Amino acid sequence: MTTASGRTALSPGDTPDRHAPATAEALPLLQARDVTLQYKTRHHLVTATYRVSFDIYPGDRFIVLGPSGCGKSSLLKSIGGYLPPVEGSFTLAGAPVLRPGPDRMMVFQEFDQLFAWKTVLQNVAFPLIATHRCSTREANERALLYLSKVNLTRFKDSYPHTLSGGMKQRVAIARAMAMEPSILLMDEPFAALDALTRRRMQDELLELWASTNFTVLFVTHSIEEAILIGSRILLLSPHPGRVRAELNCDHFDHGDQGGEAFSSLQKRIHNMLFNEPQMDDAHG
Amino acid sequence: MGEPHPAGPRRTRPEIEYDVLPAADIGAVERALSPLERIANVDWVRRATIIAALACTWEVYAHHLNNPLLLPTFSDTLRALWLAAVEGRLLSRVWSSLQVLLMGYTLGVLFAGALTSLAVSTRFGRDLLSTLTSMFNPLPAIALLPLAMLWFGLGMPSLVFVIIHSVLWPVALNTQTGFLGVSETQRMAGRNYGLGGLTYVWKILVPAAFPSILAGLKIGWAFAWRTLIAAELVFGVASRSGGLGWFIFEHRNELQTDYVFAGLMTVILIGLFVEEVVFRTIAQRTVVRWGLER
Repeated sequence: MTTASGRTALSPGDTPDRHAPATAEALPLLQARDVTLQYKTRHHLVTATYRVSFDIYPGDRFIVLGPSGCGKSSLLKSIGGYLPPVEGSFTLAGAPVLRPGPDRMMVFQEFDQLFAWKTVLQNVAFPLIATHRCSTREANERALLYLSKVNLTRFKDSYPHTLSGGMKQRVAIARAMAMEPSILLMDEPFAALDALTRRRMQDELLELWASTNFTVLFVTHSIEEAILIGSRILLLSPHPGRVRAELNCDHFDHGDQGGEAFSSLQKRIHNMLFNEPQMDDAHG
Repeated sequence: MGEPHPAGPRRTRPEIEYDVLPAADIGAVERALSPLERIANVDWVRRATIIAALACTWEVYAHHLNNPLLLPTFSDTLRALWLAAVEGRLLSRVWSSLQVLLMGYTLGVLFAGALTSLAVSTRFGRDLLSTLTSMFNPLPAIALLPLAMLWFGLGMPSLVFVIIHSVLWPVALNTQTGFLGVSETQRMAGRNYGLGGLTYVWKILVPAAFPSILAGLKIGWAFAWRTLIAAELVFGVASRSGGLGWFIFEHRNELQTDYVFAGLMTVILIGLFVEEVVFRTIAQRTVVRWGLER
């Protein structure tokens, strides 16, 4: 087992000053401190994560990576405000996270996250209007702007059921980004897509990030996706999720795939996840 | 894919690349349907054919039976319908029935909405709804009529009361079922925007559950009609002018069977109109357009 404060176990290549008291650097945007999450099923009380701590800084592409069932989705839900921690806390820009709110927009894995009764444009504009963030006209303008960023202007008047899976996810991303949240929470948003579409979506997300520099927390179980998309990876151990490592990976794109640095990082993560002596493969 | 087959030597097949034929050479990639195919695709044409066939069968059989007291012909029924309509008697009865019906229906739907909204927001509401529904849903509205007349007198309020009873439970039950079926993702997406309370119910749950709600509204409408006609038949004139049920009852007493049929046909026609025009239009504009239903 790793130490409870996994964030202090720095790996080589890490920049230690990230964790220094925030004097020169910006304050962390999102802080997780010793977060233990539990949920009840009919017969069991399941501990999803155990004393997880990390900091996310503005502009991070922060990846939570771990095998299925390690509690990474629970972690995201908890940051979203749906699942209160039994121990520890999250603070977003200094304020504790207590309930769901539009400052943490979520993009889900499921394709049915769009509202079937609204057109693409209405779907993107709806949160802006529902939270009284801006007038209907402004909301529509902003929705159009973000739809053009995800290349869906042509489909603004379509209903979600006429779109492909990849297009639905792009609408969901546009909807979340149009709210200009403090942090974007993405729960394996590309996991249900086919391999070719997924790859394109990963590139698009990176382009989008390059143009707007938002902060994103991205949950995945694909090592490759984590290295491609992330600037920093939080590695969780199998069930219950404990912090295994925090790694930097800010310099890879699809062109590096198969390259030596890419492969070695991939292998290193793989070893950390699967080659631990006390771990059983049943959870993988 | 690349694994050589274990048994026998592997044949190397040549690689082939084809030139794809231009799509224009294929011929009929897309062809307009023939007029007959297009007519057969129109819903109301097919339905009208069924109705016409039923009417023909009726006409032929009634002629064969030749007993207008038991079964008047289709044409006699139409004539009676026409005469009663021209006289204005039928229309005033229909109007009187519809007034009671709409009032009871609207109130029933509103109560159902209030109960189910309470049920999604609190646990007490959920228990209340499920208990009340399982208690009262199986209770025939008509069985409450004597009691209603005792409480509200021989007038419209009694009828409205029993209609509310017949509408409320099925609509509430269907709405509740619909709410429970709304996916967790959509709920979370809605709550993500900080929506809560009635706004959340109205903007997220109601549209998401609309297929079930619409089904409930349809069932409620049919129950309301049945209850009303039955109430008027059993207790005769229950309000000042009397409605369609009373029209049927009256003419049965006078053995004018063709007028009885005309009354029944009016009920059917109104039912067809509401189902095929009102509810169908609502469905086309909502659940069908949203892809929630075909």
